[in-house]
Amino acid sequence: MLFPAIEFQSISRYFGAFCALDDVSFTVGQGEFFGLLGPNGAGKTTLISILGGLVKSHRGAARVMGHDVTTDYLNARRRLGVVPQELVYDPFFTVRETLRLQAGYYGLLKVDDWIDEILHYLGLSDKADSNMRALSGGMKRRVLVGQALVHKPPVIVLDEPTAGVDVELRHALWSFITKLNREGHTVLLTTHYLEEAEALCQRIAMLKNGKVVALDTKDNLISGVEPITVRLKTNGLPESWQARVRCQEGGTFLIELARYEELEALLAALREAHITIDGLSLEETDLERVFLRLTGNTAVTEEYHAI
Amino acid sequence: MPSEAVNDKVIKDTKGGQIKSWQALFFKETLRFWRVGVQTIAAPVLTALLYLLIFSHVLEARISVFDGLVSYTAFLVPGLIMMSVLQNAFANTSSSIIQSKVSGSIVFFLLAPITPLGIFAAYVLAGMLRGTIVGIAVWLVASAFFSPSLWLPAMPLWIIIFLLLGSALLSILGVIAGLWSEKFDQLATFQNFIIMPLTFLSGVFYSVRTLPDFWAKVSHLNPFFYMIDGFRYGFFGASDVSPWLSLGMVGVVTLFLAGFTWRLIANGWKLRP
Repeated sequence: MLFPAIEFQSISRYFGAFCALDDVSFTVGQGEFFGLLGPNGAGKTTLISILGGLVKSHRGAARVMGHDVTTDYLNARRRLGVVPQELVYDPFFTVRETLRLQAGYYGLLKVDDWIDEILHYLGLSDKADSNMRALSGGMKRRVLVGQALVHKPPVIVLDEPTAGVDVELRHALWSFITKLNREGHTVLLTTHYLEEAEALCQRIAMLKNGKVVALDTKDNLISGVEPITVRLKTNGLPESWQARVRCQEGGTFLIELARYEELEALLAALREAHITIDGLSLEETDLERVFLRLTGNTAVTEEYHAI
Repeated sequence: MPSEAVNDKVIKDTKGGQIKSWQALFFKETLRFWRVGVQTIAAPVLTALLYLLIFSHVLEARISVFDGLVSYTAFLVPGLIMMSVLQNAFANTSSSIIQSKVSGSIVFFLLAPITPLGIFAAYVLAGMLRGTIVGIAVWLVASAFFSPSLWLPAMPLWIIIFLLLGSALLSILGVIAGLWSEKFDQLATFQNFIIMPLTFLSGVFYSVRTLPDFWAKVSHLNPFFYMIDGFRYGFFGASDVSPWLSLGMVGVVTLFLAGFTWRLIANGWKLRP
Protein backbone atom coordinates (compact mmCIF):
# COMPACT_ATOMS: atom_id res chain seq x y z
CA MET A 1 0.00 0.00 0.00
CA LEU A 2 1.41 3.34 -0.97
CA PHE A 3 0.22 5.87 1.56
CA PRO A 4 1.73 9.36 1.75
CA ALA A 5 4.92 9.83 3.73
CA ILE A 6 3.54 13.02 5.26
CA GLU A 7 -0.08 14.03 5.46
CA PHE A 8 -1.50 17.29 6.78
CA GLN A 9 -5.27 17.32 6.95
CA SER A 10 -7.02 20.63 7.73
CA ILE A 11 -4.48 21.69 10.33
CA SER A 12 -5.31 24.85 12.28
CA ARG A 13 -3.37 26.32 15.14
CA TYR A 14 -3.85 29.53 17.11
CA PHE A 15 -1.55 31.37 19.48
CA GLY A 16 -4.07 33.40 21.45
CA ALA A 17 -6.05 35.30 18.84
CA PHE A 18 -3.29 34.93 16.24
CA CYS A 19 -3.97 32.25 13.65
CA ALA A 20 -0.61 30.65 12.88
CA LEU A 21 -2.02 27.93 10.62
CA ASP A 22 -5.37 28.11 8.91
CA ASP A 23 -6.78 24.89 7.52
CA VAL A 24 -3.53 23.65 6.02
CA SER A 25 -3.76 20.47 3.97
CA PHE A 26 -1.24 18.79 1.73
CA THR A 27 0.51 15.46 1.35
CA VAL A 28 4.04 14.48 0.51
CA GLY A 29 4.44 11.20 -1.32
CA GLN A 30 6.97 8.56 -0.37
CA GLY A 31 10.37 9.26 -1.85
CA GLU A 32 9.62 12.87 -2.73
CA PHE A 33 11.96 15.79 -2.19
CA PHE A 34 9.45 18.41 -1.12
CA GLY A 35 9.96 22.12 -0.46
CA LEU A 36 7.99 24.15 2.06
CA LEU A 37 8.56 27.83 1.43
CA GLY A 38 7.20 31.03 2.87
CA PRO A 39 8.28 34.31 4.42
CA ASN A 40 9.18 34.57 8.11
CA GLY A 41 6.14 34.02 10.31
CA ALA A 42 4.23 32.13 7.61
CA GLY A 43 3.81 29.11 9.91
CA LYS A 44 6.44 26.74 8.47
CA THR A 45 8.10 25.92 11.78
CA THR A 46 4.77 25.56 13.57
CA LEU A 47 3.66 23.07 10.94
CA ILE A 48 6.85 21.06 11.29
CA SER A 49 6.56 21.19 15.09
CA ILE A 50 3.06 19.72 14.84
CA LEU A 51 4.45 16.90 12.72
CA GLY A 52 7.17 16.20 15.31
CA GLY A 53 4.77 16.38 18.26
CA LEU A 54 6.41 19.50 19.70
CA VAL A 55 3.27 21.59 19.27
CA LYS A 56 -0.36 20.48 19.32
CA SER A 57 -2.74 21.40 16.54
CA HIS A 58 -6.13 22.79 17.47
CA ARG A 59 -7.88 21.18 14.53
CA GLY A 60 -7.04 18.62 11.91
CA ALA A 61 -4.69 15.66 11.78
CA ALA A 62 -1.10 15.00 10.77
CA ARG A 63 0.36 11.63 9.85
CA VAL A 64 3.84 10.23 9.21
CA MET A 65 3.87 7.12 7.00
CA GLY A 66 0.20 6.67 7.86
CA HIS A 67 0.67 7.00 11.64
CA ASP A 68 -1.20 9.79 13.39
CA VAL A 69 1.20 12.04 15.31
CA THR A 70 -1.02 12.17 18.40
CA THR A 71 -2.94 8.90 18.60
CA ASP A 72 -0.07 6.75 17.28
CA TYR A 73 2.84 9.00 18.22
CA LEU A 74 5.37 6.26 18.99
CA ASN A 75 5.15 4.83 15.48
CA ALA A 76 5.00 8.28 13.88
CA ARG A 77 8.12 9.51 15.69
CA ARG A 78 10.13 6.37 14.94
CA ARG A 79 9.67 7.15 11.26
CA LEU A 80 10.50 10.84 11.46
CA GLY A 81 13.79 12.72 11.78
CA VAL A 82 13.65 16.47 12.35
CA VAL A 83 16.53 18.92 12.08
CA PRO A 84 15.38 21.87 14.20
CA GLN A 85 15.98 25.41 13.10
CA GLU A 86 17.50 26.56 16.39
CA LEU A 87 21.13 25.70 16.98
CA VAL A 88 20.66 23.60 20.12
CA TYR A 89 23.04 21.15 21.80
CA ASP A 90 23.72 19.44 25.08
CA PRO A 91 27.01 20.75 26.50
CA PHE A 92 27.75 17.71 28.66
CA PHE A 93 28.60 15.30 25.88
CA THR A 94 30.92 14.64 22.95
CA VAL A 95 29.69 14.40 19.37
CA ARG A 96 29.69 10.60 19.43
CA GLU A 97 27.95 10.45 22.80
CA THR A 98 25.32 12.87 21.55
CA LEU A 99 24.60 10.62 18.57
CA ARG A 100 24.64 7.44 20.67
CA LEU A 101 22.24 8.91 23.21
CA GLN A 102 19.93 10.08 20.45
CA ALA A 103 19.97 6.58 18.95
CA GLY A 104 19.15 5.23 22.40
CA TYR A 105 16.04 7.42 22.57
CA TYR A 106 14.85 5.48 19.52
CA GLY A 107 15.62 2.21 21.23
CA LEU A 108 18.82 1.52 19.28
CA LEU A 109 21.97 0.33 20.94
CA LYS A 110 24.53 -0.92 18.43
CA VAL A 111 24.54 1.60 15.64
CA ASP A 112 28.17 2.70 15.68
CA ASP A 113 28.70 1.66 12.05
CA TRP A 114 25.90 3.93 10.98
CA ILE A 115 27.10 6.71 13.31
CA ASP A 116 30.56 6.45 11.69
CA GLU A 117 28.95 6.77 8.28
CA ILE A 118 26.99 9.84 9.37
CA LEU A 119 30.14 11.40 10.84
CA HIS A 120 31.97 10.70 7.60
CA TYR A 121 29.34 12.20 5.31
CA LEU A 122 28.91 15.26 7.49
CA GLY A 123 32.67 15.81 7.74
CA LEU A 124 32.68 15.25 11.49
CA SER A 125 34.93 12.19 11.76
CA ASP A 126 37.79 14.09 13.36
CA LYS A 127 35.41 15.83 15.77
CA ALA A 128 33.80 12.62 17.07
CA ASP A 129 35.39 12.90 20.49
CA SER A 130 35.19 16.68 20.86
CA ASN A 131 32.80 18.14 23.39
CA MET A 132 29.78 19.81 21.80
CA ARG A 133 30.70 23.07 23.50
CA ALA A 134 34.00 23.20 21.61
CA LEU A 135 32.40 23.08 18.15
CA SER A 136 31.78 26.04 15.87
CA GLY A 137 28.23 26.95 14.87
CA GLY A 138 28.51 25.18 11.53
CA MET A 139 29.81 22.02 13.20
CA LYS A 140 26.99 22.07 15.74
CA ARG A 141 24.56 22.32 12.84
CA ARG A 142 26.10 19.19 11.30
CA VAL A 143 25.61 17.29 14.55
CA LEU A 144 21.94 18.34 14.58
CA VAL A 145 21.58 16.83 11.12
CA GLY A 146 23.31 13.69 12.36
CA GLN A 147 20.96 13.45 15.34
CA ALA A 148 17.95 13.60 13.06
CA LEU A 149 19.31 10.74 10.93
CA VAL A 150 20.64 8.45 13.62
CA HIS A 151 17.56 6.18 13.63
CA LYS A 152 17.46 6.06 9.79
CA PRO A 153 14.02 7.61 9.57
CA PRO A 154 12.13 7.08 6.28
CA VAL A 155 10.93 10.70 6.54
CA ILE A 156 13.46 13.49 7.05
CA VAL A 157 12.40 17.06 7.82
CA LEU A 158 14.94 19.87 7.60
CA ASP A 159 13.92 23.26 8.96
CA GLU A 160 16.24 25.89 7.43
CA PRO A 161 19.24 23.56 7.69
CA THR A 162 21.65 25.81 5.83
CA ALA A 163 20.88 29.09 7.61
CA GLY A 164 24.22 30.64 8.49
CA VAL A 165 26.19 27.70 7.18
CA ASP A 166 29.31 27.92 5.02
CA VAL A 167 29.40 26.86 1.38
CA GLU A 168 31.43 23.74 2.09
CA LEU A 169 28.84 22.35 4.49
CA ARG A 170 25.96 23.24 2.20
CA HIS A 171 27.54 21.12 -0.51
CA ALA A 172 28.35 18.25 1.82
CA LEU A 173 24.90 18.38 3.35
CA TRP A 174 23.04 18.43 0.06
CA SER A 175 25.00 15.59 -1.47
CA PHE A 176 24.30 13.51 1.64
CA ILE A 177 20.58 14.37 1.74
CA THR A 178 20.25 13.79 -2.01
CA LYS A 179 21.88 10.40 -1.58
CA LEU A 180 19.41 9.52 1.17
CA ASN A 181 16.56 10.73 -1.04
CA ARG A 182 17.78 8.51 -3.88
CA GLU A 183 17.81 5.58 -1.47
CA GLY A 184 14.11 6.17 -0.86
CA HIS A 185 13.95 8.55 2.09
CA THR A 186 11.32 11.24 1.84
CA VAL A 187 12.64 14.75 2.44
CA LEU A 188 10.68 17.83 3.49
CA LEU A 189 12.78 20.98 3.34
CA THR A 190 12.11 24.51 4.44
CA THR A 191 14.61 27.08 3.35
CA HIS A 192 15.12 30.75 2.72
CA TYR A 193 17.52 30.01 -0.10
CA LEU A 194 15.19 29.69 -3.03
CA GLU A 195 17.89 28.51 -5.36
CA GLU A 196 18.29 25.54 -3.02
CA ALA A 197 14.64 24.69 -3.28
CA GLU A 198 14.84 25.20 -7.03
CA ALA A 199 17.79 22.87 -7.39
CA LEU A 200 16.56 20.13 -5.06
CA CYS A 201 12.80 19.99 -4.71
CA GLN A 202 10.38 18.29 -7.06
CA ARG A 203 7.23 19.73 -5.55
CA ILE A 204 6.72 22.87 -3.54
CA ALA A 205 4.14 24.28 -1.15
CA MET A 206 4.17 27.97 -0.33
CA LEU A 207 2.73 29.23 2.93
CA LYS A 208 1.65 32.76 3.65
CA ASN A 209 -0.01 33.92 6.86
CA GLY A 210 -0.72 30.31 7.79
CA LYS A 211 -2.37 29.40 4.50
CA VAL A 212 -1.20 27.35 1.55
CA VAL A 213 -1.02 29.81 -1.36
CA ALA A 214 0.62 27.49 -3.87
CA LEU A 215 1.08 23.77 -4.16
CA ASP A 216 2.49 22.37 -7.36
CA THR A 217 5.53 20.96 -9.06
CA LYS A 218 8.42 23.34 -9.30
CA ASP A 219 8.19 23.46 -13.10
CA ASN A 220 4.49 24.31 -13.11
CA LEU A 221 5.03 27.07 -10.58
CA ILE A 222 7.76 28.63 -12.65
CA SER A 223 5.91 28.28 -15.95
CA GLY A 224 2.91 30.09 -14.43
CA VAL A 225 4.90 33.31 -14.50
CA GLU A 226 6.16 35.28 -17.51
CA PRO A 227 9.62 33.96 -18.28
CA ILE A 228 11.60 37.19 -18.54
CA THR A 229 11.89 40.04 -16.10
CA VAL A 230 13.21 43.47 -17.06
CA ARG A 231 14.63 45.57 -14.29
CA LEU A 232 14.47 49.15 -15.51
CA LYS A 233 15.72 52.36 -13.91
CA THR A 234 14.15 55.48 -15.37
CA ASN A 235 12.44 58.65 -14.24
CA GLY A 236 9.07 57.45 -15.57
CA LEU A 237 7.21 55.07 -17.88
CA PRO A 238 4.97 55.63 -20.90
CA GLU A 239 1.23 55.32 -20.18
CA SER A 240 0.93 52.17 -22.30
CA TRP A 241 3.44 50.22 -20.19
CA GLN A 242 2.33 51.19 -16.72
CA ALA A 243 -0.13 48.29 -16.44
CA ARG A 244 2.74 45.85 -17.06
CA VAL A 245 4.73 46.89 -13.99
CA ARG A 246 4.96 43.98 -11.58
CA CYS A 247 6.45 46.07 -8.85
CA GLN A 248 8.13 49.41 -8.33
CA GLU A 249 10.55 50.84 -5.83
CA GLY A 250 11.58 54.45 -6.35
CA GLY A 251 12.72 54.75 -9.95
CA THR A 252 13.17 51.01 -10.44
CA PHE A 253 10.45 49.09 -12.26
CA LEU A 254 10.13 45.34 -12.68
CA ILE A 255 8.33 44.38 -15.88
CA GLU A 256 7.59 40.81 -16.94
CA LEU A 257 7.81 39.86 -20.60
CA ALA A 258 6.55 36.78 -22.40
CA ARG A 259 9.15 36.96 -25.20
CA TYR A 260 12.40 38.78 -25.84
CA GLU A 261 10.80 40.51 -28.85
CA GLU A 262 8.66 42.52 -26.45
CA LEU A 263 11.81 44.25 -25.29
CA GLU A 264 12.03 46.10 -28.63
CA ALA A 265 8.56 47.51 -28.17
CA LEU A 266 9.40 48.61 -24.64
CA LEU A 267 12.58 50.39 -25.72
CA ALA A 268 10.76 52.05 -28.65
CA ALA A 269 8.04 53.33 -26.33
CA LEU A 270 10.68 54.80 -24.01
CA ARG A 271 12.47 56.52 -26.91
CA GLU A 272 9.22 58.03 -28.20
CA ALA A 273 8.36 59.38 -24.76
CA HIS A 274 11.91 60.84 -24.48
CA ILE A 275 12.58 58.91 -21.26
CA THR A 276 16.22 58.37 -20.40
CA ILE A 277 17.25 54.89 -19.33
CA ASP A 278 19.53 55.03 -16.29
CA GLY A 279 19.88 51.29 -15.97
CA LEU A 280 18.52 48.06 -17.44
CA SER A 281 18.99 44.37 -16.76
CA LEU A 282 17.29 41.17 -17.80
CA GLU A 283 16.57 38.12 -15.67
CA GLU A 284 15.08 34.76 -16.42
CA THR A 285 12.20 33.98 -14.10
CA ASP A 286 13.14 31.73 -11.22
CA LEU A 287 11.48 30.46 -8.10
CA GLU A 288 12.26 33.67 -6.32
CA ARG A 289 10.08 35.63 -8.72
CA VAL A 290 7.25 33.14 -8.18
CA PHE A 291 7.77 33.34 -4.48
CA LEU A 292 7.69 37.14 -4.37
CA ARG A 293 4.60 37.21 -6.51
CA LEU A 294 2.67 34.62 -4.50
CA THR A 295 3.65 35.88 -1.12
CA GLY A 296 2.73 39.39 -2.16
CA ASN A 297 6.13 40.80 -1.41
CA THR A 298 6.33 43.79 -3.72
CA ALA A 299 9.63 45.17 -2.56
CA VAL A 300 12.44 45.07 -5.08
CA THR A 301 14.68 42.90 -2.98
CA GLU A 302 17.70 42.48 -5.13
CA GLU A 303 20.47 44.93 -5.71
CA TYR A 304 19.98 47.06 -8.75
CA HIS A 305 22.13 45.80 -11.59
CA ALA A 306 23.31 48.57 -13.90
CA ILE A 307 24.46 47.71 -17.36
CA MET B 1 11.88 2.00 -4.33
CA PRO B 2 10.22 4.77 -2.46
CA SER B 3 7.80 2.62 -0.54
CA GLU B 4 7.42 0.34 2.45
CA ALA B 5 10.77 -1.14 1.48
CA VAL B 6 12.61 1.79 3.02
CA ASN B 7 10.55 1.53 6.13
CA ASP B 8 11.20 -2.18 6.54
CA LYS B 9 14.89 -1.80 5.85
CA VAL B 10 15.18 0.83 8.55
CA ILE B 11 13.62 -1.39 11.12
CA LYS B 12 15.58 -4.51 10.17
CA ASP B 13 18.89 -2.69 10.12
CA THR B 14 18.50 -1.72 13.69
CA LYS B 15 17.54 -5.05 15.21
CA GLY B 16 21.21 -5.40 16.22
CA GLY B 17 20.82 -3.96 19.67
CA GLN B 18 17.69 -2.74 21.36
CA ILE B 19 17.24 -0.71 24.47
CA LYS B 20 14.13 0.77 26.00
CA SER B 21 13.93 4.44 25.06
CA TRP B 22 13.40 5.55 28.66
CA GLN B 23 16.53 3.71 29.74
CA ALA B 24 18.57 5.77 27.30
CA LEU B 25 17.09 8.94 28.79
CA PHE B 26 17.85 7.65 32.30
CA PHE B 27 21.40 6.91 31.23
CA LYS B 28 21.77 10.39 29.76
CA GLU B 29 20.44 11.98 32.96
CA THR B 30 22.89 9.95 35.03
CA LEU B 31 25.82 10.70 32.75
CA ARG B 32 24.92 14.39 32.93
CA PHE B 33 25.36 14.73 36.70
CA TRP B 34 28.30 12.33 36.73
CA ARG B 35 30.16 14.54 34.24
CA VAL B 36 29.96 17.46 36.65
CA GLY B 37 30.44 15.34 39.76
CA VAL B 38 32.47 17.94 41.64
CA GLN B 39 29.47 20.22 41.57
CA THR B 40 26.72 17.61 41.86
CA ILE B 41 28.20 15.14 44.34
CA ALA B 42 31.38 16.40 46.04
CA ALA B 43 30.07 19.90 46.79
CA PRO B 44 26.86 18.81 48.56
CA VAL B 45 28.80 16.24 50.59
CA LEU B 46 31.17 18.98 51.73
CA THR B 47 28.27 21.27 52.61
CA ALA B 48 26.66 18.57 54.76
CA LEU B 49 29.93 17.92 56.55
CA LEU B 50 30.38 21.63 57.29
CA TYR B 51 26.94 21.75 58.89
CA LEU B 52 27.85 18.69 60.89
CA LEU B 53 31.20 20.07 61.99
CA ILE B 54 29.80 23.40 63.15
CA PHE B 55 26.51 22.32 64.72
CA SER B 56 27.99 19.34 66.52
CA HIS B 57 30.86 21.45 67.85
CA VAL B 58 28.52 24.12 69.18
CA LEU B 59 25.66 22.00 70.43
CA GLU B 60 27.06 18.56 71.34
CA ALA B 61 27.55 19.38 75.06
CA ARG B 62 24.28 21.25 75.44
CA ILE B 63 21.65 19.04 73.89
CA SER B 64 20.81 15.40 74.11
CA VAL B 65 17.88 13.84 72.34
CA PHE B 66 15.29 11.12 72.90
CA ASP B 67 15.65 11.43 76.70
CA GLY B 68 19.41 11.24 76.63
CA LEU B 69 19.52 8.08 74.55
CA VAL B 70 21.25 9.68 71.59
CA SER B 71 24.01 12.27 71.45
CA TYR B 72 23.29 15.42 69.48
CA THR B 73 25.91 14.64 66.81
CA ALA B 74 24.51 11.15 66.27
CA PHE B 75 21.01 12.64 66.10
CA LEU B 76 22.10 15.26 63.61
CA VAL B 77 23.82 12.92 61.11
CA PRO B 78 20.71 11.08 59.80
CA GLY B 79 18.95 14.43 59.47
CA LEU B 80 21.80 15.82 57.41
CA ILE B 81 22.02 12.67 55.27
CA MET B 82 18.33 12.90 54.49
CA MET B 83 18.52 16.64 53.86
CA SER B 84 21.34 16.04 51.35
CA VAL B 85 19.38 13.26 49.68
CA LEU B 86 16.29 15.45 49.37
CA GLN B 87 18.08 18.56 48.14
CA ASN B 88 20.11 16.71 45.53
CA ALA B 89 17.21 14.68 44.24
CA PHE B 90 15.31 17.94 43.75
CA ALA B 91 18.29 19.74 42.26
CA ASN B 92 18.96 17.01 39.73
CA THR B 93 15.57 16.83 38.09
CA SER B 94 14.73 20.52 38.35
CA SER B 95 18.02 21.90 37.04
CA SER B 96 18.29 19.35 34.26
CA ILE B 97 14.82 20.15 32.97
CA ILE B 98 15.18 23.91 33.20
CA GLN B 99 18.60 23.77 31.52
CA SER B 100 17.35 21.77 28.59
CA LYS B 101 14.29 23.99 28.33
CA VAL B 102 16.32 27.20 28.32
CA SER B 103 18.95 25.84 25.92
CA GLY B 104 16.34 24.17 23.70
CA SER B 105 18.02 20.76 23.80
CA ILE B 106 14.81 19.38 25.33
CA VAL B 107 13.60 18.76 21.75
CA PHE B 108 16.03 15.84 21.48
CA PHE B 109 13.85 13.63 23.65
CA LEU B 110 10.55 15.37 22.89
CA LEU B 111 10.96 14.32 19.25
CA ALA B 112 11.79 10.75 20.26
CA PRO B 113 9.32 7.92 20.79
CA ILE B 114 9.36 7.94 24.60
CA THR B 115 6.13 7.56 26.55
CA PRO B 116 5.20 10.12 29.24
CA LEU B 117 5.70 7.43 31.87
CA GLY B 118 9.16 6.75 30.39
CA ILE B 119 10.14 10.41 30.62
CA PHE B 120 8.83 10.52 34.19
CA ALA B 121 10.69 7.36 35.21
CA ALA B 122 13.98 8.40 33.60
CA TYR B 123 14.11 11.75 35.36
CA VAL B 124 12.87 10.56 38.73
CA LEU B 125 15.18 7.54 38.87
CA ALA B 126 18.21 9.66 37.95
CA GLY B 127 17.31 12.14 40.70
CA MET B 128 16.91 9.29 43.18
CA LEU B 129 20.28 7.90 42.16
CA ARG B 130 22.09 11.20 42.69
CA GLY B 131 20.36 11.78 46.04
CA THR B 132 21.29 8.28 47.14
CA ILE B 133 24.93 8.61 46.09
CA VAL B 134 25.29 11.89 47.99
CA GLY B 135 23.46 10.43 50.99
CA ILE B 136 25.70 7.37 51.13
CA ALA B 137 28.81 9.55 50.84
CA VAL B 138 27.67 11.75 53.74
CA TRP B 139 26.84 8.67 55.80
CA LEU B 140 30.26 7.09 55.17
CA VAL B 141 32.26 10.20 56.04
CA ALA B 142 30.11 11.16 59.02
CA SER B 143 30.22 7.66 60.47
CA ALA B 144 33.95 7.44 60.01
CA PHE B 145 34.85 10.79 61.54
CA PHE B 146 32.00 11.93 63.78
CA SER B 147 29.76 9.18 65.03
CA PRO B 148 30.97 5.56 64.71
CA SER B 149 27.75 4.26 66.28
CA LEU B 150 26.03 4.98 62.96
CA TRP B 151 27.94 2.21 61.17
CA LEU B 152 25.36 -0.20 62.50
CA PRO B 153 21.88 1.25 62.21
CA ALA B 154 19.15 -0.31 64.30
CA MET B 155 16.73 -1.01 61.46
CA PRO B 156 18.30 -0.71 57.99
CA LEU B 157 15.12 -1.63 56.14
CA TRP B 158 13.40 1.54 57.34
CA ILE B 159 16.42 3.52 56.20
CA ILE B 160 16.18 2.09 52.70
CA ILE B 161 12.42 2.62 52.52
CA PHE B 162 12.61 6.27 53.51
CA LEU B 163 15.67 6.87 51.35
CA LEU B 164 13.76 5.62 48.30
CA LEU B 165 10.52 7.38 49.13
CA GLY B 166 12.12 10.68 50.14
CA SER B 167 14.39 10.86 47.10
CA ALA B 168 11.48 9.91 44.83
CA LEU B 169 9.22 12.58 46.32
CA LEU B 170 11.81 15.33 45.92
CA SER B 171 12.76 14.17 42.42
CA ILE B 172 9.09 14.45 41.52
CA LEU B 173 8.84 17.93 43.05
CA GLY B 174 11.93 18.81 41.03
CA VAL B 175 10.22 17.66 37.84
CA ILE B 176 7.20 19.82 38.65
CA ALA B 177 9.42 22.83 39.44
CA GLY B 178 11.48 22.30 36.27
CA LEU B 179 8.38 22.04 34.10
CA TRP B 180 6.73 25.05 35.73
CA SER B 181 9.74 27.37 35.54
CA GLU B 182 10.55 29.19 32.37
CA LYS B 183 13.64 30.89 33.72
CA PHE B 184 16.30 30.06 36.26
CA ASP B 185 15.08 32.68 38.75
CA GLN B 186 11.62 31.12 38.84
CA LEU B 187 13.24 27.84 39.76
CA ALA B 188 15.24 29.61 42.49
CA THR B 189 11.97 31.00 43.87
CA PHE B 190 10.48 27.51 44.07
CA GLN B 191 13.61 26.29 45.80
CA ASN B 192 14.04 29.18 48.26
CA PHE B 193 10.42 29.68 49.25
CA ILE B 194 9.13 26.12 49.22
CA ILE B 195 11.86 23.50 49.38
CA MET B 196 14.29 25.23 51.77
CA PRO B 197 11.73 26.24 54.45
CA LEU B 198 10.10 22.80 54.37
CA THR B 199 13.52 21.17 54.75
CA PHE B 200 14.87 23.39 57.51
CA LEU B 201 11.62 23.26 59.50
CA SER B 202 11.33 19.50 59.26
CA GLY B 203 13.45 18.55 62.25
CA VAL B 204 16.82 18.09 60.58
CA PHE B 205 18.53 20.04 63.35
CA TYR B 206 16.21 19.44 66.29
CA SER B 207 13.68 17.01 67.66
CA VAL B 208 10.20 18.34 67.03
CA ARG B 209 9.27 17.13 70.56
CA THR B 210 11.32 19.96 72.03
CA LEU B 211 9.24 22.61 70.25
CA PRO B 212 6.36 24.50 71.88
CA ASP B 213 3.12 22.62 71.42
CA PHE B 214 1.81 24.84 68.63
CA TRP B 215 4.95 24.59 66.48
CA ALA B 216 5.18 20.87 67.08
CA LYS B 217 1.67 20.57 65.64
CA VAL B 218 2.55 22.77 62.70
CA SER B 219 5.60 20.58 62.01
CA HIS B 220 3.30 17.59 61.75
CA LEU B 221 1.71 19.19 58.67
CA ASN B 222 5.06 19.19 56.88
CA PRO B 223 5.57 16.05 54.77
CA PHE B 224 9.34 16.55 55.01
CA PHE B 225 9.11 16.02 58.77
CA TYR B 226 7.90 12.45 58.23
CA MET B 227 10.71 11.66 55.80
CA ILE B 228 13.36 12.82 58.26
CA ASP B 229 11.68 11.27 61.28
CA GLY B 230 11.12 7.90 59.62
CA PHE B 231 14.65 7.86 58.26
CA ARG B 232 16.04 8.63 61.70
CA TYR B 233 13.96 5.82 63.18
CA GLY B 234 15.92 3.41 61.01
CA PHE B 235 19.14 4.48 62.76
CA PHE B 236 17.99 4.61 66.37
CA GLY B 237 14.77 2.69 66.63
CA ALA B 238 13.40 5.85 68.23
CA SER B 239 11.58 8.77 66.66
CA ASP B 240 9.09 11.56 67.30
CA VAL B 241 6.18 9.70 65.70
CA SER B 242 5.60 6.09 64.70
CA PRO B 243 7.50 5.10 61.53
CA TRP B 244 4.29 3.57 60.22
CA LEU B 245 2.59 6.94 60.39
CA SER B 246 5.57 8.46 58.56
CA LEU B 247 5.47 5.72 55.94
CA GLY B 248 1.78 6.31 55.40
CA MET B 249 2.12 10.07 55.09
CA VAL B 250 5.16 10.01 52.80
CA GLY B 251 3.80 7.12 50.76
CA VAL B 252 0.46 8.78 50.09
CA VAL B 253 2.00 12.14 49.16
CA THR B 254 4.56 10.48 46.87
CA LEU B 255 1.99 8.34 45.10
CA PHE B 256 -0.34 11.28 44.63
CA LEU B 257 2.37 13.55 43.23
CA ALA B 258 3.73 10.76 41.03
CA GLY B 259 0.34 10.30 39.40
CA PHE B 260 -0.17 14.04 39.12
CA THR B 261 3.23 14.63 37.50
CA TRP B 262 2.82 11.72 35.11
CA ARG B 263 -0.43 13.33 33.92
CA LEU B 264 1.28 16.72 33.57
CA ILE B 265 3.85 15.16 31.25
CA ALA B 266 1.21 13.17 29.38
CA ASN B 267 -0.74 16.37 28.75
CA GLY B 268 2.44 18.05 27.54
CA TRP B 269 2.10 20.79 30.19
CA LYS B 270 4.66 23.47 29.31
CA LEU B 271 6.43 20.88 27.13
CA ARG B 272 4.29 20.57 24.05
CA PRO B 273 2.26 23.80 23.76
